[in-house]
Amino acid sequence: MTKKIEAIVREESLDAVKDALRAIGIVGMNVFEVRGHGRQGGVELAWRGTTYHMDLVPKMQINIVLSDHNVERTIETIRQAASTGKEGDGIIFVYPVDDVIRIRTGERGHQALMYPDDIDTRRSG
Amino acid sequence: MTHIPSHRLLVPGLVLVLMLVLTGTASAQGHDPGTIELTTAINILWMLLAGFLVFFMQAGFALVETGFTRTKNVAHTMMMNLMVFCIGALGYWVVGFGLQFGGVNFTFPEVGTATAWSFAPTTLGDWGNQLSHWLIRIGQFGIAGGSGFMLEGLSPVSAILAFFLFQLVFMDTAATIPTGAMAERLKFSGFCLMGLWVAMFIYPIIGGWVWGGGWLANLGRAAGLGHGAVDFAGSGVVHMIGGSIGLAGAIVLGPRIGRFNRDGSANAMPGHNLPMGVLGTLILFFGWFGFNPGSSLSFVGSGRDLAVTAAVNTLLAGAAGGVSAMLAMWLFGPGRRPDPGLSVNGVLAGLVAVTAPCAFINSQAAVLIGLVAGIIVCLATFALERWHIDDPVGAVPVHLFNGAWGLLALGIFASGNPATDGWNGISGPVTGLLYGDSGQLLAQLIDIGAILITAGGLSYVVFRVLNALHLLRSEPAAELQGLDVPEMGMPGYSTADVRMPGGRLTQQVPAISTSIAVRVGK
Repeated sequence: MTKKIEAIVREESLDAVKDALRAIGIVGMNVFEVRGHGRQGGVELAWRGTTYHMDLVPKMQINIVLSDHNVERTIETIRQAASTGKEGDGIIFVYPVDDVIRIRTGERGHQALMYPDDIDTRRSG
Repeated sequence: MTHIPSHRLLVPGLVLVLMLVLTGTASAQGHDPGTIELTTAINILWMLLAGFLVFFMQAGFALVETGFTRTKNVAHTMMMNLMVFCIGALGYWVVGFGLQFGGVNFTFPEVGTATAWSFAPTTLGDWGNQLSHWLIRIGQFGIAGGSGFMLEGLSPVSAILAFFLFQLVFMDTAATIPTGAMAERLKFSGFCLMGLWVAMFIYPIIGGWVWGGGWLANLGRAAGLGHGAVDFAGSGVVHMIGGSIGLAGAIVLGPRIGRFNRDGSANAMPGHNLPMGVLGTLILFFGWFGFNPGSSLSFVGSGRDLAVTAAVNTLLAGAAGGVSAMLAMWLFGPGRRPDPGLSVNGVLAGLVAVTAPCAFINSQAAVLIGLVAGIIVCLATFALERWHIDDPVGAVPVHLFNGAWGLLALGIFASGNPATDGWNGISGPVTGLLYGDSGQLLAQLIDIGAILITAGGLSYVVFRVLNALHLLRSEPAAELQGLDVPEMGMPGYSTADVRMPGGRLTQQVPAISTSIAVRVGK
């Protein structure tokens, strides 16, 4: 029914991803500054002649909660905007979401995710 | 014939009059009372302005040291740089100045072929019999000055007061160097005692040996070694003293927790703010134009030549030091990058190295000295790391190694600047090994040895005692947390406006939240 997309991308990709998501009608998102590493295990840096390994690299995490049927299109949009083809482009996780409650109105589930001009209204229109 | 309007003659006429006045000022020194007053006033003004520039170097040191340390020690490192000036100034006023310069105006009797001689700077007027008493003196060899404590009796003499200000800011430059080598693990109480030790005793005594007419300066007259130990602005007196104390402190404190691994390898502890480090370096470079040129203590006649030579050589050597350190790391460094941290150290290394010889050398030598300094600072950084001596900001490679190189370079490259004729009571200009005076190089070597043994050795003993009394090394828990909160009671950076109890909107004031919502357009 409802899913959460958790996309971890390069800091410098955030603006491109954000713009691409808005262009397809994703109007709500949360963004976190995170640190982490994947398979390549971090980067090499130097300070006053000593090299050192930074294993936890700063990244941006974008969280989006949306209806099932919009997941694939959103994932593809994020991938296209965040991909440079080099190691460190990031990763996307998709989770099931039990319920959504909009605090102001008390709407639940799919209703709570709907906005004027969102991804669904654009698709039907 | 073309008619020339009379006002056109006015400007050349004024220039001619000015030139006559100025040449008259230089040539008539010591004759006309009005000219003497003008000369002394210009010299004191120059020295005061240079002293103000040197004072500003405290800001440079504070920024370099804080930028090169970690976020959790920012308040502590900044506080050390603030207080080293305040504590040091009082300590230097109480006994330091007297120990350093109490005997500078003492007239040593003639010895061998050398005539009777007083080391007081004649460019600053006649000091009468002020500052002419040694506390400890063995014949021609002065050990510790013995007058001028708390400026007693000197207050009416503005030349001596200005001289005190100028020398005080030099002392505080030396005193602030060890705080960098000992940063991030030095207890604040231990730091305060260290500041007093430097300002009251170790710096003034050694400084007096070279600048206060002490035994090192008198090696020329009394032992026939060139012009005695010569150090124009303090590669040895200021930088090598500060660097030696820093080395002793870094050894006694031991490395920061986590700096070296069990297998002997080193971990980088990157500084938290490179822009601070670079800004601080540029401020130091600017201050150095007071440090070196101001050490002419005069701007009339030969003093002007010394000051301008010093300024140009300072500029060139600082630039050369930065370039060679950058290239060394770019071509040979482990990261093959133009390492900003070591480039910062390279600029400072070139400046430190040219400080002693700046007025005695030509510009080719200044560039060469700077280029070598940039290499020395890189090699010394790697050597310290191999020896497991932890110097967070590179104070020892910059100030100790290149201070020694500067003293040595003077003994090699001094090219006989005519303005240095009669230095330290020896006739003829100061010349180094390449220009025929091997005795000068020997005097410089003795200077290096004396500073290393005295400043480094005695400070090592003092630091060992302080550490045994648990006054020097911070507690491991405090060090891991960062010294800011345990020692200063506050973080250096409040990273967020922490939500305090009582600071939130409550049910009693709903109108406010509504009005905010309206204002943002909902």
